[in-house]
This record gives sequence, C-alpha cells and structure tokens, in this order.
Amino acid sequence: MISAGIDIGSITAKCVILRDSRILSYKVIRVKPELGLTAREVFEETIRIAGIERGEIDVIVATGYGRNVVEFADKKITEITCHAAGASFLFPDTGTVIDIGGQDSKVIAVENGRVLDFVMNDKCAAGTGRFIEVMASALGLKIEEVGDLAFRAAKKLKISSTCTVFAESEVVSYLSAGERVENIIAGVCDAIASRIVAMANRVGIKREVVLTGGVAKNLGVRRAIEERIGFEVRVPEEPQIVGALGAAFLGTR
Amino acid sequence: MRKLRTSDRMRELMGHYYMQGHQAEFNAWITSGAPVELLYAMDIYPVYPENHGALIGATKLGGYYSEFSEKRGFSRDLCSYARCDIGCVFAGTSPIGGLPKPTFLFACNNICNTVVKWYEVLSRIFKVPLFVLDMPFVRKELKESHLRYVEEQLYDFIDFSEKITGKSLEDSRLKDVISKSLEGVRLYSECLRTAKNRPSPMTCFDAFVNMAPIVCLRGTEHAVSFYTEMKEELEERVRNGISAIENEEIRLLWDNIPVWYRLRWFGEFFERRNACLVADTYTNAWTGFGELKKDDIISSMAEVYTLSYLNIGMDMTAEIINRLIEIYEVDGVVMHSNRSCKPYSFGQYEIQKKLSVPAVIIEADMVDERVFSEAQVVTRLEAFLEML
Repeated sequence: MISAGIDIGSITAKCVILRDSRILSYKVIRVKPELGLTAREVFEETIRIAGIERGEIDVIVATGYGRNVVEFADKKITEITCHAAGASFLFPDTGTVIDIGGQDSKVIAVENGRVLDFVMNDKCAAGTGRFIEVMASALGLKIEEVGDLAFRAAKKLKISSTCTVFAESEVVSYLSAGERVENIIAGVCDAIASRIVAMANRVGIKREVVLTGGVAKNLGVRRAIEERIGFEVRVPEEPQIVGALGAAFLGTR
Repeated sequence: MRKLRTSDRMRELMGHYYMQGHQAEFNAWITSGAPVELLYAMDIYPVYPENHGALIGATKLGGYYSEFSEKRGFSRDLCSYARCDIGCVFAGTSPIGGLPKPTFLFACNNICNTVVKWYEVLSRIFKVPLFVLDMPFVRKELKESHLRYVEEQLYDFIDFSEKITGKSLEDSRLKDVISKSLEGVRLYSECLRTAKNRPSPMTCFDAFVNMAPIVCLRGTEHAVSFYTEMKEELEERVRNGISAIENEEIRLLWDNIPVWYRLRWFGEFFERRNACLVADTYTNAWTGFGELKKDDIISSMAEVYTLSYLNIGMDMTAEIINRLIEIYEVDGVVMHSNRSCKPYSFGQYEIQKKLSVPAVIIEADMVDERVFSEAQVVTRLEAFLEML
C-alpha cells in the first residue's frame, strides 16, 4: 500500500510518501502565498523523487494549518494527532512530542502513538521558530548559523522579554553594549527552551521526548531544552517531516 | 441545529423588557450577580449592561463600540462588556438605541472587581449615586463574619434605595418577588437538566440564547411563564426523541461565557463533527439562586449571593464542574479562556488538571471579535475531538 502525507505549515510545506511502512521519498518546500498551488507542487515533487505514478497512491492525508486547502486529499487530520503518530513511527517508545514550528509550538503527551493530552502556545510568537528568525535577522545571522554559534557561547545572556518585539530590542541593546553575538544568541535559544519546557510541564514530560519541527535542527535550542529537562531528547534525522509522516502513516490505517 | 420555538418568544419578551426600561419611573443599572429581587420588590426597574454587552457581541459590533471607549483611553485589556457599555454611552446609542439613563447604580463584586471601577466611571458620567455591594471572596469556606458583613450591607442598600425613591420596601411584596424568583429558577434549572437525556434536546447554545430572562426578569411572572413554556417544549422533544443536533456521538461541557459573535459558528462546527455541547458552567451558575429561603430572606440572600460561582476558590469551582460532568455524562470539557473575564479564566489550567474528563483550552473573547483567531481555535478543537 502506498500513502502520502502532506503537511502545510505556516512557513514550509512537507510531503512524505510511504510504501508498506517504509519512506519512499519526502520533500520540504517554502510555502507560497497560493497555498493550493504549494500543496500540489510539494506533492508532485515528492512523487517524482519516489519514481512512482500518481495513480499508484492509494490514500492521501493532509495536515497542518493549511490542511483544508489540499483539495485532493482523501482525509484531513490535525497536526497534533499526526505528530504523535509520526514520532511514534520513528521512535516506538515516544512519551512526549515537542514540536516547534514556524508559527506555533506544541507539546503532546503520547502513549502507543495516540494523543493523551496536548498544549499549544497562545496567541504569541514567543517560543516559535519565528522568534528565532526575528532574532537571527537582528543579529545579521542566517538561520542555519544560529545553532552552532549558540553552541560555542561562553555564557548565556538573559533575554527577559517574552514578547518577540521587545526581545528584539533587548538583543539590539546587548549588541550596542558590545556583547558577543554567540552569547546573545545562546540567550535567545534558552529563552525559547524555557517557554517550551514550562509548557511541557503542563502536560507532564515522559520519556522518550522527541523533538520535531524545523527548530529541532537548532543545536542551541536542543541543548537548552536538554539542560532544563535533565536528559537527552531524540531528534529524527529530518525533524520537519514528522507531521507529514504521521499523516501518511495514519492513512494506511 | 434545531431551533427552539421559545427562542422567538424570548426575543419578543426581551424586546419588551428593554422598552419598559425607558418608561420606568426609577431604574438602576445592575451587575449580573446582584440580588435583583430587592429592586423588583421596590419597583425599581433593573437594567443590565452585561446583557446589553452580550447583545452587542451577538450583533458582531463589539469592536465597533469598544473603540468609542478605547479612543478615550480605556485599555483594550479591559473587559469587553465594560468597554462596550461605556463605549455606547459615549456613542449615545447602541444596537437597541442605548440604555435608559440610570436613577442610580448597583454594583455587586461577587462576579469580578472590574464592575466596581466600571460603575464608578458610569457614576461620574451620569452623576448618579452608586451602591457597591462588597462580597468577600470565599476561598475555602464561608464564615459567619462574612455573612454578617454582607447582610448589613443588604439592609444598607434597602435604606439607600428607599431614600432615593421615597418609597419603602413592603415585606409582602418582597416575599412575593422571592416566590417568583424561586419558581423561575426552579423551572429554568429543570430546562437545563433536560440535557441529561441522550440524545440531548438542547445544546448550551440554546441555553445561552435563552438565559436573558433568568438574569434580567428573575423575580417576575415573565421569567416563570417563559421557562414554563421552554420546559414544555424541551420535554416534548424528549418524549418524541427529537435531538438538538442531527447525530449526537460525543457529549461536551462548555466552560466560561460564550463567544457571542460566534455562537452559530461554534454550534455548526460541533454539529458537523457529531459533538453536542449539552451544558455549560455559565448558564448553570444561575441555578444556584434557587436556595433563597422565604422565611429568612435577607440572611439567605447574603449566603446565596456570596457563594456565587465566580466568588469561590478553585477547588470548589473544580468540584462544581466535576458534578456537571457527572450529571450530564460528558466526554470532555471545552474551556474558553476569555480575554475579557479574568476571574472566570484565571486558574483554568489548574482546574483542568482536577477534572475527571479531558479538557481543551481555546483562547477568545466573549464580545471583542477582533481577538478571535479561527485557525488556532479550529486546530485545537479538532485535535481534541480526534483525541476523544
């Protein structure tokens, strides 16, 4: 059986094609203003990489904020259920999923791939990928550089504002005070980690903790989370596709 | 959703209610948790800014009227009922042409402390007297000293009103109003309890739409006859196996004040997913006024009104919600974290942990449609239903 999962997020669109519980191909692209077009593009590209025909796909499941624009999907499931399924597909003993995406972050308590409870960030960009993007741009960094740089920091400067706009001005004033960029960005990563872990404590943190979403690639944030929870987290090879993977997997059931 | 016939009757009744307010010799603007029975017993017409706020929300004009007070410096973080009410005064109108100018103001802080400042503002604008009935917050237990404190104020309030109107409160008249209040609350409670049936003949949206008479007309014959009719219709539905929504698979409880500008949207959202919100904590709060005692009116009034739903500690609140979960046999709770209503929304994350069924929290506002984020709400609710 071949199934496809499509996850239309706020910044990126992802697609995964599964054949009998094996990943055939996947693709991550930037979301364009025309969401329907984005969905078709990521889907077609993933099919092309898999080297299969469109007609061979038995079921298509859409997830993410843009799930309802994927008109050709057979089923729509929220990203919460999909992330729980996707993380458990990769790590069968998943107890908690921490997903930090572009516009929201969520913590999901999981048991045998099923959602027990979940919590999401409120109407605020703090604790999301966008928070890092804004800070990186204030520091003149590329998003890919943030994690390694934070890792090399000698100390973490405290970012006290939770609000993204005020935090940005804090970053700028640290710069003008002559603080080193890596120490500032380490503080930014820690600020996110502190918000996420506080949120995770609301549903309870149970091993294994799987970190997903684009921000999982950021070593600075990952280490800051690990320091706060006191043990190592599991990070999938490609953390951005976990939602799409879960959607594809749920499609087979 | 199957509409109740009584909803049309409610509109007619409330239309009359608002019109009569303009003709009354004396009227007092009153908060929703205050003992309105005293006003009716003294022929003082009660006017409810909160009900008016709900009406503005339902007409989707919350943002519009809020701006009239916001541009005079009232913060957007204030309660949207307060912002709209004060905004309408500044605007000189409202969807129903504004409320009648008050003879005096009657604020009871058993629902929140915003009402104190809100009514002080009104008192300055209208230059009319204000009576604040101060009710101690009941963290763990109601103390004898609390009751004495409230009781004394109730007598003070009677003096205050008598001086303004020049009329005195008749014992027999008060007894009569209390009887009608008790009868109205009893019938109203029985209406809500019909939702115990599977499938339920009503949703909490029916309760929201039809709650105005128990709030505004409690203690009058109007509330008694209205809820008699509503109860008959609901019982008829139960007898004929008519459900409120097409296909009831999941039963839910709503917590907090409704999102007035999205009532229909929420109703349809849940119906499409075969979920029925059978009850809610908000409309159930008025069933608590059924404990007044005819032979000991003032002291029972002190007790009943001090123990109002928003004037008690978190453990007691959780206990009440758990009782509703049991009575209505619900599978989950939808908690509206209401930007406007801090006392109602504070502690929801803690209360959630004390509940016997899963709960989801969504963020919105009861009247201010500008803060509603549909995609965020949909994702949380859909994920919750998938989880159940």
